[in-house]
Amino acid sequence: MVGLISALILIPLVGALALFTAPERNARSTALLVNALAAFDALVLWRHFDIGAAGIQLVERHPWIPAIGAEYLVGIDGLSLLLVLLTSLIIPFAFLAQRMDRGFYALMLIMQSALYGTFTAQNFVLWFLFYEMSLIPAFLLIKIWGGKNRDRAATKFFLYTFLGSVAMLLGFVGIYLARGSFDFATLAGLGKNGLLTGKLAWLAFAGIFLGLAVKVPLFPFHTWLPDAYESAPTGVSMVLTGLLSKMGVYGFVRLLLPLFPNEIRIIGPWLLALAICSIVFAPLAAWAQSDLKRMVAYLSVNHLGYCMLGLFAVAVSSVGAAIDTQAADFGGLMQRTPLLCGWMSVAMFSSLGLPGLNGFIGEFLIFKGSFAITASFTAIAVIGLLVTAIVFIRAMQALFSGPLAGSCSTFPDLLPREKIAIIPVTLLMFAIGLAPQFMFNILNTTVVQMARLLS
Amino acid sequence: MSFVVFLPTLQTPGFRGVQNFTWFTFGDQALRLGWLLDPLAAVMLIMITLVGLCIFVFSIGYMAGDKNFVRFFAYLSFFSGAMLGLVISNSLLLLFICWELVGLASYLLIGFWIERPSAAAAAKKAFITTRIGDLGFFLGLLWLYGRSGTLLFYDGGNGCLESAGLAMVGASVTFIALLIFCGAVGKSGQFPLHVWLPDAMEGPTPVSALIHAATMVAAGVFLVARVYPLFSLGAINGVTSSLTVVVWIGVTTALMAALIAIAQADIKRILAYSTVSQLGLMMVSLGVGGVAAGMMHLLAHGFFKALLFLGAGSVIHGCHGEQDIRKMGGLRRLMPVTFSTYAIGMMALSGVPLFFSGGWTKEEILHVTAHWPVSRLPYYFLLAGVVLTALYMTRQIIYVFFGDRRAASQRAHESPRVMTMPLIVLASCAILFSVVLTPAWPWLHHYLTGEPAHLEFARLIQPTLFLSLVLVGAGVALGIGIYRKAGAQDRRRPADTDPLEFAQPQLFRFLANKMWIDELYARTVIAFSWMSARLSDWMDRYFWDRLVRGFGAIGQLFGTFTASVDERGINAGVDETTVGARGLGRLMSAAHSGQIQTYLGVIAIGLLALLLFYAWLA
Repeated sequence: MVGLISALILIPLVGALALFTAPERNARSTALLVNALAAFDALVLWRHFDIGAAGIQLVERHPWIPAIGAEYLVGIDGLSLLLVLLTSLIIPFAFLAQRMDRGFYALMLIMQSALYGTFTAQNFVLWFLFYEMSLIPAFLLIKIWGGKNRDRAATKFFLYTFLGSVAMLLGFVGIYLARGSFDFATLAGLGKNGLLTGKLAWLAFAGIFLGLAVKVPLFPFHTWLPDAYESAPTGVSMVLTGLLSKMGVYGFVRLLLPLFPNEIRIIGPWLLALAICSIVFAPLAAWAQSDLKRMVAYLSVNHLGYCMLGLFAVAVSSVGAAIDTQAADFGGLMQRTPLLCGWMSVAMFSSLGLPGLNGFIGEFLIFKGSFAITASFTAIAVIGLLVTAIVFIRAMQALFSGPLAGSCSTFPDLLPREKIAIIPVTLLMFAIGLAPQFMFNILNTTVVQMARLLS
Repeated sequence: MSFVVFLPTLQTPGFRGVQNFTWFTFGDQALRLGWLLDPLAAVMLIMITLVGLCIFVFSIGYMAGDKNFVRFFAYLSFFSGAMLGLVISNSLLLLFICWELVGLASYLLIGFWIERPSAAAAAKKAFITTRIGDLGFFLGLLWLYGRSGTLLFYDGGNGCLESAGLAMVGASVTFIALLIFCGAVGKSGQFPLHVWLPDAMEGPTPVSALIHAATMVAAGVFLVARVYPLFSLGAINGVTSSLTVVVWIGVTTALMAALIAIAQADIKRILAYSTVSQLGLMMVSLGVGGVAAGMMHLLAHGFFKALLFLGAGSVIHGCHGEQDIRKMGGLRRLMPVTFSTYAIGMMALSGVPLFFSGGWTKEEILHVTAHWPVSRLPYYFLLAGVVLTALYMTRQIIYVFFGDRRAASQRAHESPRVMTMPLIVLASCAILFSVVLTPAWPWLHHYLTGEPAHLEFARLIQPTLFLSLVLVGAGVALGIGIYRKAGAQDRRRPADTDPLEFAQPQLFRFLANKMWIDELYARTVIAFSWMSARLSDWMDRYFWDRLVRGFGAIGQLFGTFTASVDERGINAGVDETTVGARGLGRLMSAAHSGQIQTYLGVIAIGLLALLLFYAWLA
């Protein structure tokens, strides 16, 4: 069906405008309504998606700026679809996390639209537009609604990611000047035999890599993240960890791997070393944190390290698995201190990769894939698993066990409304953990195709 | 249920039922899991369900007053489910999944009394210590998968434990086996990862009985028995390097834990160390090639150790929560049922021959160890272990049940029927089970190895039998000699001092403090990890961030530089230009005088200049 993807991108944007016509006290319900519409659209998209077919589907193509070869070109494959569904799932939780004024909701909706756009755009100019479009709302959200040190954190976040983006843009301009196209599919086709040659190739690679590495973030470009998470309002932290970092990972899969397979093969070990650093040092740093949000932030770096490990190992199964680990990592939600410790424990145990929950599947696939390729690196990465376990157990016990602290005795437990929201998510975590096939069905064709591209 | 599935395995020797299924397909690879029923699994099922049933019944009485009664039983059932799944897995991955779930259940149950900080600490310690081993297991699993391409144990000839799979594994099998053994070391409380098991006694006593004596800790031994083909691949004379490691770890554990147990005062801790020691014994047995002997001891141990723990629970219940054996005493008359069943358990554990299951299985282990071709040393160590076991069990019995009543036993009472019945059932199991274990009719042994059994009384008489009879007797006699008047005031020794402590204070302190192993770990491994954590944090805050900010500062410097260039150079230039422009303007405004003649004159000159220019071009 034509127009589904455009509708998906437009619904939150229109919703953001519509928010200002609604009365202030209905802001949250309006925003949630918009979410429901978008989610419905995403589900329809899923129905129309043919899991057996290879390549990009449901394409919409219109001329946009012909002078530079920029088209309005959107479409989805399995990977995009999964991330679109994930976006639809997580954003409502960010709204439920706390009550804010309507400017907050409007900015969040703009960010949602940008996320949909990033995950569906198939042309670099369009992709970059959406990619940057997510940055500005995030910056404002931290700066206006953040906690202590918010100005500093917001500026740091913005400068880091923006500089990365500039580097990436330069890289792509270089590619455009050399090969005359911004189209992902075309470039990927060229990438197989070496997109560029000589110094230019490395320069372009470095630029794009830097942009994505900051976004993910990969060690040692991660120092903006703890500050940002600590200061950001809870809902924004959730979106940052659950979705914005996915943009970076998605970028690696969609851009860097298909465009520069040779370069990655050459400096692969170094990239792996960076991933391992993320995996080992981040949870160690998390261990030393006393602020829960900062701790979660570091663990999130650690998780993304696993994704990167999988990606750089460039193993067949890892590509998709890297996305799955995070697929239902509702990390940010954990910060809602003792709402329902049982539920939080489920989330934490999932996060430390307990079998039966979603985290384990991704972890297993990543480690399986990367072990076959680099056993030694994988063995080091396992240390990260251990430290993660230590950190989670410590945190859980600090929160739940021991005598009740005086300051905590008035904390309310989950409200009925929140229970309704949480139950499906928990069920989903178990579903992915126990019978992940339904999710893999979305991905399988894409993964096979990608493997063929890389081998 | 488990009895129903037990039947087909009885009828055909070497029966093996397999049911495999696909868990998921990812990319173009399918991941398959499966269930497996063979004699090994079947006997484990019997043991787990039977012991589990007794413990569930016992818990009804023990946990009666607890406000989280329902939660307790939910956890307990969850645990049993995971454990049963572990036993019947036909895939190392599925086994690993259940393995982790068992670990989770253990974590939840040890920390069941969450309001106690010590329980929380013990739960954390258990989870993390076992996880260290599990990660080794996980790596071994990945390695095995990478080599053989399957994690199914038996798959019509293609499984990783069958000849084709084993052939693919090749030379790295030693490392794979040892990595998997790491998991077993963690779970079964073997040295050097045994530290969590005694602390795990913080949980409710039925939990200690079920998890930390009868079933969960047995999972490690079971795992080694299950993947035994990996350990024994390429064996020369029944010896491989991986099996040798297993033997030495087992010997160290068995002897060390038995020594520590002598100096403990907490009734449950003594039993915990005895569990560690017995598990070491089983590992030795597996390592020297006696898989059947090890598994038989595992089963027998499951019964009598559950019995001992439940007995201890009954004692604790009767003494209103007191766990220090030095404060008990004289309970023999107050708790007759508990006493008699406990005595049976004690004799089974010490390995008193003929009537008690533990005696026969221990016999068999000693027998196989004696014939290990590598070294005789493990055999002698195990013999020493036998004496020690008899010694510390005698000490415990004397302290708890004999002598005068002390502080905690003044108002002690026998436990209700719902608690004593399971004790009686388990005690009868501990005795009756020996029927299938005797050398005269080694039915279980042959059942496990898949051969038919014959009755032959002549085999009853063996030299080791007399040897162990002597050793156990020596241990008991030594115990009685030392501890006969332990609780009473001596001429020189105060009543609350252990006789051994009085004789050898330094040695006793060394043992009572568990050989300082916890402290050693705290000073080395834990301190090191914590240091690295602080270092990582510091690096992040001060190095990486500073580095990036340094680049920022360079940028800023550059910015300042350009700004000053702007200010002094370009801006100044612009200013100059402006001044120039103003002068020009003045000039121009002077030119725009408004006089037509002047304009016409200028136009004429311009026209002339243009014409000249064109002429020059042409």
